[in-house]
Amino acid sequence: MNFSRTKSALLAAALAGGIALPIVPVLAQDDTIKVGILHSLSGTMAISETTLKDTMLFLIEQQNAKGGVLGKQLEPVVVDIASDWPLAAELARQLIEVDGVDAVFGCWTSVCRKSVLPVFEELNSLLFYPVQYEGEESQRNVFYTGASPNQQAIPAVDYLMNEEGVERWVLAGTDYVYPQTTNKILEQYLLDKGVASDDIMINYTPFGHSDWQTIVSDIKTFGSAGKKTAVVSTINGDANVPFYRELGNQGVMAEDIPVVAFSVGEEELSGFDTTPLVGHLAAWNYFMSVDTPENEAFIADWQSFIGSEDRVTNDPMEAHMIGFNLWVKAVEAAGSTDADAVIDSIVGLETPNLTGGTATMLPNHHITKPVLIGEIQDDGQFFVVWETEDLVPGDAWSDFLPESAMLEADWTAPINCGNYNTETQTCGGTAQ
Amino acid sequence: MLTHFLRLALLTLSLLLPAQFAQAQPTDIPARIAAMGEANLRELTSIVTDLAATGDPAVVPVLTALGGGNLYLDETSGRIVIQGRSAITDPLTGEEVDLGAGADLSRIRVNNSLRRDIASALAGMTLMSDNPATRFSAAQGFLAKPDPINIPLLDEAIAAETDSNVLRLMQAARAVTILSDSEAGIEDRRAAVPGVVAGAGRNAITILTGALANAPDELRPTIEAALAGLEQSRAVWSALQNVWFGVSLGSVLLLAAIGLAITFGVMGVINMAHGEMVMLGAYTTFLVQLVIRQSFPGLLDYSLLIALPVAFLVTGAIGVGIERGIIRWLYGRPLETLLATWGLSLILQQTVRSIFGPTNQMVIAPTWMSGSTDFFGLAITYNRFWIVIFALIVFFMLLLILNRTPLGLQMRAVTQNRRMASSMGIRTPFVDAMTFGLGSGIAGLAGVALTQIDNISPNLGQNYIIDSFMVVVFGGVGNLWGTFVGALTLGIANKFLEPYAGAVLGKILILVLIILFIQRRPRGLFALKGRAVEQ
Repeated sequence: MNFSRTKSALLAAALAGGIALPIVPVLAQDDTIKVGILHSLSGTMAISETTLKDTMLFLIEQQNAKGGVLGKQLEPVVVDIASDWPLAAELARQLIEVDGVDAVFGCWTSVCRKSVLPVFEELNSLLFYPVQYEGEESQRNVFYTGASPNQQAIPAVDYLMNEEGVERWVLAGTDYVYPQTTNKILEQYLLDKGVASDDIMINYTPFGHSDWQTIVSDIKTFGSAGKKTAVVSTINGDANVPFYRELGNQGVMAEDIPVVAFSVGEEELSGFDTTPLVGHLAAWNYFMSVDTPENEAFIADWQSFIGSEDRVTNDPMEAHMIGFNLWVKAVEAAGSTDADAVIDSIVGLETPNLTGGTATMLPNHHITKPVLIGEIQDDGQFFVVWETEDLVPGDAWSDFLPESAMLEADWTAPINCGNYNTETQTCGGTAQ
Repeated sequence: MLTHFLRLALLTLSLLLPAQFAQAQPTDIPARIAAMGEANLRELTSIVTDLAATGDPAVVPVLTALGGGNLYLDETSGRIVIQGRSAITDPLTGEEVDLGAGADLSRIRVNNSLRRDIASALAGMTLMSDNPATRFSAAQGFLAKPDPINIPLLDEAIAAETDSNVLRLMQAARAVTILSDSEAGIEDRRAAVPGVVAGAGRNAITILTGALANAPDELRPTIEAALAGLEQSRAVWSALQNVWFGVSLGSVLLLAAIGLAITFGVMGVINMAHGEMVMLGAYTTFLVQLVIRQSFPGLLDYSLLIALPVAFLVTGAIGVGIERGIIRWLYGRPLETLLATWGLSLILQQTVRSIFGPTNQMVIAPTWMSGSTDFFGLAITYNRFWIVIFALIVFFMLLLILNRTPLGLQMRAVTQNRRMASSMGIRTPFVDAMTFGLGSGIAGLAGVALTQIDNISPNLGQNYIIDSFMVVVFGGVGNLWGTFVGALTLGIANKFLEPYAGAVLGKILILVLIILFIQRRPRGLFALKGRAVEQ
């Protein structure tokens, strides 16, 4: 019953003429390299994506201060996709064809990524996608700098199983592609680990769901079977605040039924009194509270750029930073911004991440990341209670789903394929 | 007194690992506390274990503060302090500490498992506390972690207990402890089952199911019978619980729709910006609370009550402005009204987004609206409870205004026959503006209530506009009672469908049902009759 989507589609149609124009004036200089920024600055996703737009402007300003790339200054071209996915595809085309950008950083939802994919493939340009996603995809023109399920969901489940002794699982998610696919992988993983199917409860809710009474009370009932229960939440966006509020009000404490979330970060918690949430968990590859010199410097620079001491940093921001730095290195290594040259040169490049490790671009266009589990604190920050010892390489195709276990992605010669079947040794049709 | 301490010490020791015996003998509490500052989680766990093992009541404040996240390290001086509500105190002496200007406090952080350890350690030390609330949480600790060694202490506490709630919980904790003790006699364990059922409340099923797994065969029938009884009463209560959830959802729908019942139902204006009035009400609450937090922190608990009239006036005034500025030129042209108000809703949304930013704003829940209470078998959360009450008050106030005041009389006259009313000397433009302002003001009131259950973001109103129209059309346009019954019916129907069909399908089913219903009865539940309808 998502009427807001219909509404925003109409809105987009009505205003397309107005907002499709680049917000930053094009300077019409030949000695700049143009970078497209494709995020929602209005509509439902504006809450998360506006910050990412600012992050990109911040990174570009920093790089320009260092002398730009290949001796040229970088020039950001910002467009607003207004939380409207068909519009995203149009604007992506406009960025590449009309504005002539050499790389695009953007999208948040999987729907957005899926709708712009064909454009990047057709026009052979580059997209850096900074958000954790459901996997089961690898495309030649896309670089996935967020976590794939094996870099977020699977380690989080392992943590709950081994450290908290969880035996009963609630997989709660918003009803769209990311939670559905992630939960499919998780369910298979839990069944493989010997969890009975009676001990798994799967629940989906619409976008922006605000009445969580029944579901929270169901979770309480489900958790009263004498086994340690945990909730694995792929609930996205605005629905989280009422969900956690209801948990707090119905007295579901983290000590009894912990909730581990994959879409709740510092930015989402900043509009919220987190006292009732203390102890609930989130799994990410970066937390603002991580104590490293790199992170401290990044936060200080970011806050002075944005002009507020209150602004937080989060995981997709780090992903944009890594993606941007890798792109800069690849352009410098290739000596050109040409898409094919960058795709060839970027694989294997390394850049430091903010948690003291190194992000390496893998042949499947995913990167290596540490996995951190944090507990929510009452100041809206996370306290890291567990982390992987080594960096985890991103896996495009889940090893836990029978239909994708034999697939690999490798965009280097000689395979050069996004869904290479290791059993039949063939590339499974056109790469997607 | 001495024997009491000895027993406490023994008890806390027994709660912990046997290996801790050796370490526990020399009790250098200050040194251990000082070491907390630089400790990692594992070291912190062993310090907590050691501190608890001393059995010294002096460590209770430190452990309580650590568990509650109030224990800090001053990075400058290296001192460990407790950050209280008003003052910084020393963890052992409880005296106020002046850290000077260079203090740099950083919290000593704990995780879930450490918090659980602290709770069970504290349970032993605080069961004899003077404060009933502390004794209650101590008894909860025993309930969560039953250990036969605690029986004597529990017996002593039960004998001394005066508060009936705490007493019941302590008896339940004792019953659970006996039930789970495999050393205890079968008869004793069997006799403990009713105690668990009576005292453990909602946890009884969890506890009994857990006990069933390890129970010897002689004990099984008793536990199974008790479980069957509990399951049966739970089925009854869960049906009632669903009704309550439905009433609560219905009250939210009612609040959101009731303003629309005025502007759309009574005036016939299709007001797409209604949701934005709700949103503006919510932002007004946010601003009011901001001012109160900065200037009058003592009033924070009443900020919602103060926000109510402010939000009503602000959104009411905006409503009057909209009516005078836009809508009055468009009476009788529903399509243009729809487009104009819709455009207005987008403008308002983007304006708020530009001023406050796209992220959610925070309205702190007052203490009297946090948490929940058990009403027999029903879990009733306070925020929902107050919203139900508030929705009823607003509804009946509105009914009173429409039926018992001169303004209400004029409103009804104008909507029933504008020309006749006009010729009787009623200033119809004024009444129009007032009616629209009233509807908008009530939407603002709804916004205040919604801050307690939803996000305060520029999109807040969008989520409610469709539901509001649905309620008004379903209930019957122009009839307040229709809106009332419609909201409650939809709320309860939704909540009864949800457990079976899931939240997504449930909403779709409700929509299908409404479409079918409107096909049968185009004018909704309570259709207006008479000549007024035919206009």
